Amino acid sequence: MAIWCAQLALDRWRHSENCAPGEGADAAPLALIVETAHGPRVEAPNHAARAEGVTKGMMLADARTLCPALDVRPADPAGDLAFLERLAIWAQRWGPWSAIDPPDGVLVDVTAVAHLFGGEARLLADVATRCAARGLGVRSAIAPTAGAAWALAHFAVDRTILASDDDAVSRLADLPVAALRLDNDVLLVLRRLGLKRMHDLADIEEGRAGRDKLQRRFRTRRSPSANPLIRLDQLLGRVPEPLLPVVPVTMPMVQRRLMEPIRHRQLLDQVVQDLAADMARALEARGEGARRLQLGMWRVDGEVLLRDLELAAATRDAAHICRLFADRLDDVEAGFGIEMLRLRASWSEPLKLGQADLEGAAESHGTSLAACIDRLTARLGKHAVQRPVPRASHIPERAQGWQPPLEPEPVSQGELAFHTRPLKLLDRPERISVLYAAPEGYPRRFRWRGEVCEVTRVEGPERIAPEWWRERGSTRLRDYYRIEDENGRRYWIYRNGLPDDGRGGMPDWYLQGLFG
Amino acid sequence: MDTSTLPQALSRAAELAGRAASNPRWQPGLPLPLHSEIFAPAAEASGAGAALAFARQVLEGANSASLEERSVLWVQDARAIRLGGRPYRAGLPEGLRHRVVHVATKTPEDALFAMEEGLRCRDLAAVVGELAGNPRALDFTASRRLSLTAEKHGVPLLLVRLDAAADLSSARMRWQLASAPSSPPRWNVAAPGRAAWQAELFRARSHLPGEWILRDEPDRLSAQRIASPAAPDHGDLVRATGA
Repeated sequence: MAIWCAQLALDRWRHSENCAPGEGADAAPLALIVETAHGPRVEAPNHAARAEGVTKGMMLADARTLCPALDVRPADPAGDLAFLERLAIWAQRWGPWSAIDPPDGVLVDVTAVAHLFGGEARLLADVATRCAARGLGVRSAIAPTAGAAWALAHFAVDRTILASDDDAVSRLADLPVAALRLDNDVLLVLRRLGLKRMHDLADIEEGRAGRDKLQRRFRTRRSPSANPLIRLDQLLGRVPEPLLPVVPVTMPMVQRRLMEPIRHRQLLDQVVQDLAADMARALEARGEGARRLQLGMWRVDGEVLLRDLELAAATRDAAHICRLFADRLDDVEAGFGIEMLRLRASWSEPLKLGQADLEGAAESHGTSLAACIDRLTARLGKHAVQRPVPRASHIPERAQGWQPPLEPEPVSQGELAFHTRPLKLLDRPERISVLYAAPEGYPRRFRWRGEVCEVTRVEGPERIAPEWWRERGSTRLRDYYRIEDENGRRYWIYRNGLPDDGRGGMPDWYLQGLFG
Repeated sequence: MDTSTLPQALSRAAELAGRAASNPRWQPGLPLPLHSEIFAPAAEASGAGAALAFARQVLEGANSASLEERSVLWVQDARAIRLGGRPYRAGLPEGLRHRVVHVATKTPEDALFAMEEGLRCRDLAAVVGELAGNPRALDFTASRRLSLTAEKHGVPLLLVRLDAAADLSSARMRWQLASAPSSPPRWNVAAPGRAAWQAELFRARSHLPGEWILRDEPDRLSAQRIASPAAPDHGDLVRATGA
């Protein structure tokens, strides 16, 4: 079933003005406008304005010449879309599954539900009365496919019903090609080709050769809205048309209003404990665990304090949540007191029932890794606890990335196989002064952190070229050497560039890694 | 109470003494004590390398025994990171790369907190800590606290002390470590070989002190004992680099 709100923007405006169609503010010519690059454009004229000749898509300046008394209001496309989403959820009263059809329609799956409303005709009558009660002028239709229902709702008589055993081709033949939900430029092409009605297209399609010709004309058009053949097939149910259903999501939220504003930490801890227990119950009822929690504290003087908490793994253990929040509440300024607290789980994940009590078990068996990481992150911050992961790069410092410890490693085609790499890498390579026999040759002796190291063994160079697709053209290549000094200390040093590479003077030497 | 606990303590002491007598020398392959300290210079990664080599048994044992691999928590304070850098994944031992969880803390106090939380976690194979210098937070009480937590939960702690003086500590084994010249690799004699360390065990609960050259072989840790009078120059070398 397709429901088309022909004048959604105007209906919403009337609702906000609280006037019936044709009365009050709506009696005078009025249009909703949008600002475009070329000036204001009429988005939705009301009935009186249309009578004066104002149409949708007209520039406001043109419209004013036709109708000098035209009153304007800004349109609200984002609000319309949000309203449409709510409407789609509301429309699930007629069927288990609904999708929004931007900009101004809703599709509802009413397969095998019409008998609950006493037949399809009465179902559509119900839609009309209930939408009228909400002040929405709608047109609706029922058809076996979403495309056919859309076409009938927009271009046929209101409340048309196409039963599944009707001949869809002949019933839809007289509709204009615009009923195929095509883009404007494609419609223009079809009009120039002389294909104005659906039966023109259907006739061409009858013969095999005709379909091939059309196919050739639109062979580069992959998107359904640009290819009339795909749209026609979808309309007739020959190819599937996936739609994105609207699923209402509600956040678990618990709150406490306090009779007496609290100013002391002890009481605050008590209330947070109660909230965490409530939240644990709310989550358990949904079979979920929280990944992100937000604690809002409303102060008497109107300030709202927020504390966010992110967890490494889904949990609904009240004591664990309390413990993590306890660290975050130290800097709360209660002022004249906190009168309301609210805990929201803005991100939750499915979690099976029956998780053991983390806090109690911690004493005897130790904590789980997730709980340990939560505690560390809560005190040290998110960026203090990380896991090294490989990245696709040959430059040593870029070959390693850091990510939160419990996230799966990024998928890559295969880890790069490196020659021996140092156990530890300095955050910034440190400059060293090197004595060498020849500028391109092995280092003999170098000074690092005020200490002179006599090089006894060398392996290298391992040449790593700069990544030209990332760096500036003047970046120099690096020649890496593994070296060992007379005390057995093993380092990874590199010469930044070659003496004659034309990208600067004599190359510098850096120490980047320490071997175990 | 006293009459019942005293013989217990005595028998415990006797047991320890007996163990020390039967096995006076440390040798590689002995079970890792739950709290060991490794003093190493900050200008080399020998401390971290040796810590991983000591813990190898635990890390690989956990590998075969339990169904899933357990992670290793690697805690460093800001000064240790500045002096010695962060662990580099491609340079870590093969089986360890994907299970290192790194904690970078600003202060030594936070590092101690992170290590203690790690020791409490049953899903960790070991905790490696790196602290530079002798921070005031790491006194005997803090060290005792770490020992007790490690022993309660059975997670070994390897604390690497960079450029630190050997202060009071309750660690079960304390090593003074420095790099040693490596044995030349087979195919390129001029290249540096596998890691080797000059290690002095200067305090252990059940072993005699001693000095070894430790070599990180591909499958095990090999130790070659240095008789103290035979190699006086090595002793000087350690003191010179450690200073």
